Amino acid sequence: MTININFLLIPEIVLILGIIAILLISVFINKNSFKFSLYSSLILLIITSFLVLLNYQDSFINNNKLFITNLFIINFKILIIISSILVLLIMENYFQDLKINKFEIPILILFSVFGMLVMISSNNLMSMYLGIEIQSLSLYILASINRKSLKSSEAGLKYFILGALSSAFLLYGCSLIYGFTGSLNFEDIYQKMSVFNNLNIGLIFGLIFVITSLGFKISAVPFHMWAPDVYEGSPTPITAFFTTAPKIAGIALLIRFLFEPFGNFWFDWHQIIIFISIASMILGAFAAIVQDNFKRLLAYSSIGHIGYILIGVVSANDSGIKAIFIYLVIYIFMNFGIFAILLSLKNDNGYIEKISNLSGLGKSNPIVSIVLTIMLFSMAGIPPLAGFFGKFYIFIAAIESKLFVLAIIGVLSSVIAAFYYLRIIKVIYFEENKENLEITLNPNTKFVIYLSALFIILFIFFQSKILELSNFVSYNIIN
Amino acid sequence: MTLYDLCFYFFSIVAVFSSLIVISAKNTVHSVLFLILSFINGSALFVLLGAEFLAMILIVVYVGAVAVLFLFVVMMLDINFVKIREGFLQYMPLGILLGVVLLTELILVLISKKMMSSGLVEYSSIPNFSQNENTKDLGEVLYTDYFLLFQLSGFILLIAMIGSITLTLRTRSGVKKQNIFDQVNLDSKNQIVKKKVPLNKGIE
Repeated sequence: MTININFLLIPEIVLILGIIAILLISVFINKNSFKFSLYSSLILLIITSFLVLLNYQDSFINNNKLFITNLFIINFKILIIISSILVLLIMENYFQDLKINKFEIPILILFSVFGMLVMISSNNLMSMYLGIEIQSLSLYILASINRKSLKSSEAGLKYFILGALSSAFLLYGCSLIYGFTGSLNFEDIYQKMSVFNNLNIGLIFGLIFVITSLGFKISAVPFHMWAPDVYEGSPTPITAFFTTAPKIAGIALLIRFLFEPFGNFWFDWHQIIIFISIASMILGAFAAIVQDNFKRLLAYSSIGHIGYILIGVVSANDSGIKAIFIYLVIYIFMNFGIFAILLSLKNDNGYIEKISNLSGLGKSNPIVSIVLTIMLFSMAGIPPLAGFFGKFYIFIAAIESKLFVLAIIGVLSSVIAAFYYLRIIKVIYFEENKENLEITLNPNTKFVIYLSALFIILFIFFQSKILELSNFVSYNIIN
Repeated sequence: MTLYDLCFYFFSIVAVFSSLIVISAKNTVHSVLFLILSFINGSALFVLLGAEFLAMILIVVYVGAVAVLFLFVVMMLDINFVKIREGFLQYMPLGILLGVVLLTELILVLISKKMMSSGLVEYSSIPNFSQNENTKDLGEVLYTDYFLLFQLSGFILLIAMIGSITLTLRTRSGVKKQNIFDQVNLDSKNQIVKKKVPLNKGIE
């Protein structure tokens, strides 16, 4: 009857204790509770990331076989923590201007980070489900946090109902897998299935249901319907959070789920992932063309990026996993660069959301518009910038696995996607100034903008370093 | 026919009939009360199976929370259930079809003994009675092997609480609140003022 908690879970435990401490202290502070919880959350996240790094070795420690850690998981955990630190840095001004500076916002972000950490280090279908629930429940609340706005409430409700549906799919899939293998543990499921020549129909159903649910979490195409509405309706910093951290966690979990329990059955799942990937890339490229809302456009562009990342999953080799890691690192910085700029632009009606509002930015503020242009070029994949390398490694991995069709469709859709990124640049530089844009850069936002700009420009010089780092990610599950 | 069988048939017949009344009663309050009755009969059936923990949970969760919630909804909101029921005949064929499909599925399950050959892991359908009652059995795994998962579900409830408070709490202005601390701390010297009242004039 001993409760065995070893070093593996220390970061999560410290994080959750810190969250509760911040929550209790903020309740009793009357003034500036938002600022307090924001900065203490930042400190807590930095401490957590150090604790995660402290265990940086490829050791499998099981805790009643419920949780597991290895270098792959640690690297993805660090990515999640970095993206939540960046979102905490850029959110302060926005919430204070809109007067929704509730201290619960950073706390809910921390809670969802906690859920993501649990989710990607889970080694059991039950701990996986609980992690997903913790993560998504706090995201539902964050989406509707601006309750005065009709759109935000709608976003929260929509996300909540569809998310509950996807959880039901997940549970149904898990119950089928449990019924046909008799185990909830990833390794045991793998062991039990290794005697099968091919999956029986019940397990295939279970697999498809779980992929459906995870596809919903990362907003891959047949399950993407919620994404544009939710991204448009939620407050902008929360949208920035939605486009990065939950997707990283979802991708990491998808990779682990497909390669650990179902590692022997690449043949059974690869067609599904190929379909999802192609559909995401094409829809991400075409649907974004007609958007005039910047957040909606970024939602479609993130759907497209998920499509490229899934190519790496399908190629199922070392370089595929490495390419996904590099892609995600670059994606975080591109995304936060754009959102940080979006969060510092205001016109008379408040923070801008329409693309047409950017007109004439090139003349009124050359530096910000150059940075924004660099981000957009990088998203489009123009060579010397970081975004090019992300796509490059993904396509190389696809070609190594002889997935030529996927690589060709990927290149074509990225050419189409370049159109709408270039359209924004055209609006910035070649259209007449209609409204007076006001730029307020507070030091944190400035830091994020310059950091991501430097990262994207200088990536070409230190890409060998990142490649080295990504070597650790390459995963021993791939047999 | 033993006492066990007798109990089983009694509880299941009451459960079936009360669920029939739930969907056919004119008065919605009656429906909800019969819903509670059918839940209670269901939990009695669980007791007969030896799953007393599930039986208690069924009463606590469904009777205690869900049914009372329904009752509140029925009594507080003026929903015209007769109007909702108007399309009954329209949906009847579909309902019958679904019922027939479910019935054939049940019959198929009962007559085919090949269910296990489909690849499902074999488990005994009768619970394995250990020395302890199953509440104790559950508790023993819940607080040891699955302690971490138990804690995680607790955090889910905490998030739900934080969320419902954040999304609904309003601090209204202009509301007069009683602050007992301030009231007790009042000093009589500052509150009571002696004034001289001039004759025939009063005081403003």
